[in-house]
Amino acid sequence: MADKGLAQKVRDTQVWKSIFRHGPPDNARNRAAVVAGNVFLHLHPIKLKKSGVELGYTWCMGGLTFFIFLALAVTGVLLMFYYRPTAEYAFNDIVAMREHVPLGIMREIHRWGAHAMVITVWLHMFRVFMTGSYKPPREFNWGVGVILLVLTMLLSFTGYLLPWDQLAIWAIAVGANMAKATPLVGHGGPGAAFAVIGDFVMVSDKNDVRYQLLGGRFVGEPALLRFYILHCVFIPLVVGTLIAVHFWRVRKDGGISAPL
Amino acid sequence: MREFVNYLADPIRSFPIFLVFFYLMIRYVKVVATKKFAVIGTLISLPPIAWALADKNFFKIVIRPDNLPINFLIITVVFFTWFSLYKGVRNDGRLAAGEVPIEALPENREKVWTWPNLVYTELFCMIAMTIFLVVWAIYFKAPLEEPANPTWAPNPAKAPWYFLGLQEMLVYFDPWYAGVILPGLIVAGLIAIPYIDTNPKGNGYFCYEDRKMAINLFLFGWLALWVYLIIVGTFLRGPNWTFYGPFEYWDYKKVVAEYNVNLSEFFWIIGLNQPLPSNMILREIVGIVISLGYFFILPLASLKTKYGAKLFKDMGTIRYFILIFLAVAMASLPIKMALRWLFSLKYIVALPELELNF
Repeated sequence: MADKGLAQKVRDTQVWKSIFRHGPPDNARNRAAVVAGNVFLHLHPIKLKKSGVELGYTWCMGGLTFFIFLALAVTGVLLMFYYRPTAEYAFNDIVAMREHVPLGIMREIHRWGAHAMVITVWLHMFRVFMTGSYKPPREFNWGVGVILLVLTMLLSFTGYLLPWDQLAIWAIAVGANMAKATPLVGHGGPGAAFAVIGDFVMVSDKNDVRYQLLGGRFVGEPALLRFYILHCVFIPLVVGTLIAVHFWRVRKDGGISAPL
Repeated sequence: MREFVNYLADPIRSFPIFLVFFYLMIRYVKVVATKKFAVIGTLISLPPIAWALADKNFFKIVIRPDNLPINFLIITVVFFTWFSLYKGVRNDGRLAAGEVPIEALPENREKVWTWPNLVYTELFCMIAMTIFLVVWAIYFKAPLEEPANPTWAPNPAKAPWYFLGLQEMLVYFDPWYAGVILPGLIVAGLIAIPYIDTNPKGNGYFCYEDRKMAINLFLFGWLALWVYLIIVGTFLRGPNWTFYGPFEYWDYKKVVAEYNVNLSEFFWIIGLNQPLPSNMILREIVGIVISLGYFFILPLASLKTKYGAKLFKDMGTIRYFILIFLAVAMASLPIKMALRWLFSLKYIVALPELELNF
């Protein structure tokens, strides 16, 4: 008993055994148990085709997108401790983060991570296309993936406004002016001119889709609050839900695609 | 030399050049998708890149924190496009020789344990990405400009880089089409892909030959109409969204003479030597007929071609017309670009009264 290694001693403690209810994953039974018994790992099947493990096949782009999403959630929550979404404080809070937080790179990781996530999600779609993985039975999950890709860009876009600097508000102004031109529901778009009854203009700059997006006729404080809520609460909730659907369907549609 | 590069970079020239390279890539895909080509291509492209980076101004633009993601995008897109074609062509050769794709070999069909095979790959990727992001975050501060000032617009005001392809389309189309309809069709078209593409081949493995049309269309949209336009919008557009070459200093006083003419003016004033009719529908009648013809008659007419008739028979009515409509909408962008460059055509249909310019 005396020559038992430290690792084995730790494994034998009641604490360790209460957390990991199986032995080291060096045999078939424990390898199955480690994946099936862990809430995070059980997203995976216990066994999968070798072709689906190859980095040259998956490029790991979907996995990296999810990983960056998690990293952004963590860094984003940290940033929320310092940041107040009002026209008065927003910019100064960002400056304070830069000036007063020693070795602070959370905002940098959050921002560059957001850019990286846009790239990885594009490349993920590219890979899925090139391997024909959208073909039956995975048609529906491809659609879910396209929506997730759009939401990724909207997450990044809504976050773009929050520093409340010149770069932010004018980039959002460019985007919001496109909403103004939406046919029928934007006051500067085709069709709005018809939506008039007598003197009553149905689609104007006070009620069109841009107004709903910005909470006003220009990028002001209501827009900041809206984008903050969209960025920190609403879109992440939708994305989280759709990620669950996406992963569930990957499993239910037969796992990572492979030749039929 | 720098002037020559500036001259070539103008979309009028660089887009056709890009298309020629794109055509050569898919025409000679068997040559492109080899390791030899990748090595030679990299070696050949390194000296020009080094030469360009030696220019201080250009170097500054490239390492601007805001532009870094586009550099990563360019590098990864070039690599992965080559890589997927390489894997696809390799499988094409195997299929032509009567063998199965590499992914379908018995040893690759074999099931392996998720632990340790997959979890360690994922762990490696996560660590690599973490290191990458931390190093990036340490060396490049997140950009922060002056506080927001609603009364003073910077020039140029640019959207985030991933939307610059759309902003670049605004040069050729009005916002209702470039900013709303086209993006909507891109999303709808992407979702529709699995339901339009009924080709059962190439499911779950890389290939090229068996899915030639699907892959060519997708690559064209992705590389020429999305990535290329982002690069133009980021690096080549300066104040007033005027073109600036990669080695050109952003001079705010640069004036570009641009006299764009509507189709109605071509028809009535130049063609018939008459004033524009006061009735707006009559005034724009030629453009309206052409546009309706393009979007509705052309899909029907395509059935008369041999290829269209065969496709129609294979796909069925609904699938065929959705595919043709999406293809026609996608082609409307390069067509409008060409018309603008060749004839200085502004709008095919100009109905500012209805905010309906096309």
